[in-house]
Amino acid sequence: MADHSDAVTRDAQIQWDDPVDRRVPLTLGIKSFNELTEIVCRPVEWQTPKHWWRVFLFALTGLGILVASTAYLFWEGVGVWGLNNPVSWGWAITNFVFWVGIGHAGTLISAILFLFRQKWRTSINRFAEAMTIFAVMCALLFPTIHVGRVWAIYYTLPIPNQMGMWPQFRSPLLWDVFAVSIYGTVSILFWYVGLIPDLATVRDRAKTRIRKIVYGIFALGWRGSTRHWLHYERAYLLLAALATPLVLSVHSVVSFDFATSQLPGWHTTIFPPYFVAGAIYSGFGMVITLMVIARKLFGLERVMTMRHFDNMAKITLLTGSIVGYAYSVEFFTAWYSANPYESFAFVNRALGPYAWAYWIMVTCNVVVPQVFWLKKARQSLVVLFIVSIFVNIGMWFERFVIVVTLHRDFLPSSWDYYSPTIFDVAAFVGSFGLFFTMFCLFVRFLPMVAISEVKAVLPQANPHAAHGEVSEGGH
Amino acid sequence: MASEKLYGALAEFDTTASLFSACEQIRDAGFKKWDSHTPFPVHNLDKAMGLPASILPWLVFVMGLTGAGAGLLLQWWTSAVNYPLVISGKPLFSWQAFVPICFELMVLFCALGAVFGMFHLNRLPQLYHSLFRSERFARVTDDKFFISIEAVDPKFDKLDTVELLKKVGATHVELVEE
Repeated sequence: MADHSDAVTRDAQIQWDDPVDRRVPLTLGIKSFNELTEIVCRPVEWQTPKHWWRVFLFALTGLGILVASTAYLFWEGVGVWGLNNPVSWGWAITNFVFWVGIGHAGTLISAILFLFRQKWRTSINRFAEAMTIFAVMCALLFPTIHVGRVWAIYYTLPIPNQMGMWPQFRSPLLWDVFAVSIYGTVSILFWYVGLIPDLATVRDRAKTRIRKIVYGIFALGWRGSTRHWLHYERAYLLLAALATPLVLSVHSVVSFDFATSQLPGWHTTIFPPYFVAGAIYSGFGMVITLMVIARKLFGLERVMTMRHFDNMAKITLLTGSIVGYAYSVEFFTAWYSANPYESFAFVNRALGPYAWAYWIMVTCNVVVPQVFWLKKARQSLVVLFIVSIFVNIGMWFERFVIVVTLHRDFLPSSWDYYSPTIFDVAAFVGSFGLFFTMFCLFVRFLPMVAISEVKAVLPQANPHAAHGEVSEGGH
Repeated sequence: MASEKLYGALAEFDTTASLFSACEQIRDAGFKKWDSHTPFPVHNLDKAMGLPASILPWLVFVMGLTGAGAGLLLQWWTSAVNYPLVISGKPLFSWQAFVPICFELMVLFCALGAVFGMFHLNRLPQLYHSLFRSERFARVTDDKFFISIEAVDPKFDKLDTVELLKKVGATHVELVEE
């Protein structure tokens, strides 16, 4: 394995320094379509490796913690959490915004980069979209279990009922219900449509009858027909075009949960763009974390190359800088507004009882990613991994800092300090259990790379390359 | 059973370039009930086959209008007609506040329309197809390219069509039963 990786690194180095193109190819040394199929299908077809079981059992333990702590929460009520009178949102909403934000990088890679014709996205979009879906699952969990009487959660949906009551459509919290659940639905549709041709690949390679049947059912009888590709590609493009404004709207709506309330520190117009940038930033942090591990474990170095990491690091740097800019603009606006409550909220953030959280946030989100200005840092898996962990931590703290702004409201007599209980921690740790359980199942049973999409951007996919000239209806 | 009946001819190609020119020639030969099969979408192959553009965008457009309209109707009827409740002195039909959900529902309807519309236009799921009888065809999802001409095409002829497919560059041609 080590020799193989070294060869890959050398390969990358040589091609990176190509004086003509100055670009690393999208994949390294993949000579034929079949070679790609073999590389991507290997983790789906090999005998389940031991390390997979270890990670899976670890994740299942986390999921168990989630189930147990949630069961106790339902039994006892949200009082088991550390919520108090001024801070009524606590970790649950912090975790909600954290997870939904992580999802956004997946949609950015799969939809926005698709519209921008960024061909490098093909190697990583399946992986990132899977992350989106699992992150949205974790995100939806938190507001659901936070409502207290969870058996009445269906009140949030416009279902005719015996009381003749309807949801309050003017409330951003209700917009959130629609935005996040529709985001989850559309992400799953988009992901599944992308999976169909690859499921057919696994079906056609299946050695056992049960695999043939199961993958066959999910592949819907796909047979690569050009008449099908015609509608398929159109559907894919439309889904990308729909997911792009959707993803921007989702985190804008999440930010409305805060921004439409009349609290100093929350009631600002910068929230939607600031939240969206932060979401993409945090999502890329998570993509890098997961991908550094997965490409090593599953031998995908030639498909997910250093060029991909380089690009992702640049996006991380950009969005991280936007986030840093937003932090400073918040302070400027607070001062410029000449509103004493607004100014107090921000001075209190930086110097008050939660100053430690604020400075963790600034360090992780603004300071640390600056190393990505250096090409050496963008090319080092160790640096990428460490920085991505900092990004994950920093973005969790950003949401925490925003939520605990509540701890000092207008009335000093109601000021209080919020600390989580063991059940807050258990729910958060447990949500990682859910996330990694889903991810383990994904990498074991589904192709981690969009095979058909990567094939389509390989040089030999171009029907006119051999002729040297473009015939009728060419590019 | 109907094992005697012929589905058509299946020709195999090794590269996108040879498939592309073969498709142009089959199209020019005047066949109508035929198809090509590739592991990935080959750029402009639909034009080489002379296929009309997909009508899917129109379907999705209609679904989008329906979704946005349904969202507006739902919020207007529940907030202003069925259970009018004055909140913070705002008008019952405060449409500005209804925009986000209209938008989200439009996206939802469009996405469902795009996916299920695509399934409908492609007649999927179709778990059985005669071409799956061919063992070579399993590589269509890996690295081989195919052209299939159905026996029901008026220009189809058992001998001539196979001959034609060989002439346009097929590396292997076989007849597939239904």
